[in-house]
Amino acid sequence: MTGSKRRSGKPIGRDRIVFNILSYVILTVLSAACLLPFLLVLSGSVSEQYAIQLHGYRLIPKTISFEAYKMLFRIPEELLQAYGVTIFVTVTGTFLGLWLTSMAAYVLSSRDFRYRYQVSFFFYFTSIFGGGLVPWYIFNTKYLHFHNSVIALILPILVNVTYLLILKSYMMSIPEALYESAKLDGAGDLRTYLNIALPLSKAGLATVGLFIALNYWNDWYNAMLFLDEGRRDMYPLQYFLNNILTKAQAMNAAAARSGIPASDVPSEPMKLAMTVVATGPIILLYPFLQKYFVKGVTIGAVKG
Amino acid sequence: MKKKTHPFLKDLKKNRTKWLMILPAAIVVILMCYIPMAGIVLAFKEFNYHGGIFGSPWVGLKNFTYFFQSGKAWTTTRNTILYNMAFLCVNTLLQITCAILLSELAGKYFKRITQSVMFLPYFISWVVVGAFIYNLFNYEFGAVNGFLKSLGMEPVDIYSNKAAWPLILIVVSAFKNVGYGTVMYLASIVGIDGEMFEAADLDGATMWQKIRYITLPCIRPTVVILFLMAIGTIMKGDFQMFWQVTGNNPMVLDVTDVIDTYVTRSLLNLQEFGMTSAAGLYQSGLSFILVLIANYAVKKVEPDYALF
Repeated sequence: MTGSKRRSGKPIGRDRIVFNILSYVILTVLSAACLLPFLLVLSGSVSEQYAIQLHGYRLIPKTISFEAYKMLFRIPEELLQAYGVTIFVTVTGTFLGLWLTSMAAYVLSSRDFRYRYQVSFFFYFTSIFGGGLVPWYIFNTKYLHFHNSVIALILPILVNVTYLLILKSYMMSIPEALYESAKLDGAGDLRTYLNIALPLSKAGLATVGLFIALNYWNDWYNAMLFLDEGRRDMYPLQYFLNNILTKAQAMNAAAARSGIPASDVPSEPMKLAMTVVATGPIILLYPFLQKYFVKGVTIGAVKG
Repeated sequence: MKKKTHPFLKDLKKNRTKWLMILPAAIVVILMCYIPMAGIVLAFKEFNYHGGIFGSPWVGLKNFTYFFQSGKAWTTTRNTILYNMAFLCVNTLLQITCAILLSELAGKYFKRITQSVMFLPYFISWVVVGAFIYNLFNYEFGAVNGFLKSLGMEPVDIYSNKAAWPLILIVVSAFKNVGYGTVMYLASIVGIDGEMFEAADLDGATMWQKIRYITLPCIRPTVVILFLMAIGTIMKGDFQMFWQVTGNNPMVLDVTDVIDTYVTRSLLNLQEFGMTSAAGLYQSGLSFILVLIANYAVKKVEPDYALF
């Protein structure tokens, strides 16, 4: 942090040299280890099937071929469908989730709400005690009939108590006087929420919204629980990928449905090309969005 | 005597907009959490689809007896606790180390790039991590075996090697979580009053002394609190990780099965409702007790940070 500036003008001690070398080495090694799997997948996806069968996946492919990607675009229906489901679920879920969460956070943050501690606890309690998977699963399938329904991909992760509490503490930091003056001007709760609470917690909303969006984008668990094998058209991206990776026949079957014989399918590089295509948007957006996530982690850590 | 309106009803009327605004979120929580909570009675019932949660006959503790006699209760509980302890210790240690190293380094770009790269795995789904594992450890084509073969060594079959999995899981957990925790601890280090470091500089303190006597004591409360909170969740496995990384590989289940994976597998494959609810309740109950204990401990150490 401020370390380097303070020491200007003073000779650099031996301890600092040792420390710096150590830091550069440790951090470089750890970063490389974090990056390696990504690079392996990327290079595997541009390898040729026979090269993989001969030498295995390697960091630097002997020959480069975009055969796997070409094949993906020859049978794009299922991939595009999965993309569509994921985008729909992510957009709807993020919008709804942010709306419900911010409304509840506004109420819980207002000091003239008499039951705010009790209601906060009502929400909080669900994060420390639950009925377990089975009753939840039975209730959702037998009573709410969520089987093969898109609601099952949205509702279970719609309201997250941690995000609610983060937004609440964000809104608590809005000066009380602003609420007071709005009240004096005759603004009701809905107006105060829309015109004061929301605009003043934009950064908090962006952070929480991105976390919600990430959860939807990466979700495969609810699809696994609630979608039948016959409903491949409803598979979100991650579960679609999961299926391709875990079921040896899934790739060939998908190709066969498009009239491509299994022997033509470069199945190994295609699995990885699919992984690249499913993760691509996150990696591409990551540099621009990272700072919001950093902010979110920081709010979560320093309890407000 | 005049009957007084209950204060709650009065508030319901007075603050009706507020209550209405909180209603949608409350309904979601009631549907997804509170009503299923009532379903824990299932742990004491023999479930049949016709009777549903409330119409199925009671069987007392039979489901629990079955779960404990299956031998799975002990293995899964042991695995859950040991893995979580290992993750907690390794990850915390790495996170604090990285945060301290990053906080003291001068190179702006190096810092930014390493931090970004280490935070990246947090954003990908566990399915993709599963793809990484396949890519590395697949017996025929995996990068690890390819590397071994190119060195003229024998390929290893990791999928049947029980000893390898605890190590793989610990490394994967670190891979996914180190960046997140580093950001968190870095925030806490940046919050330390700079004057302390300046004073130490004037007194000629070395780097190690400053880390030992200023940085570490200053982030101690954060570390202790996060550590204690984590104790509260030690009975909950990181389900998605275990499911995707081990791929339910039957050969190593002894050392990789945690309560959550066991419950989910039994539910999906065997449609075994009674025993799995019993296992779930056993886990929830223990977790709840642990959270209470952890909270009590936090209250003792740092009363301001207690959860409730």
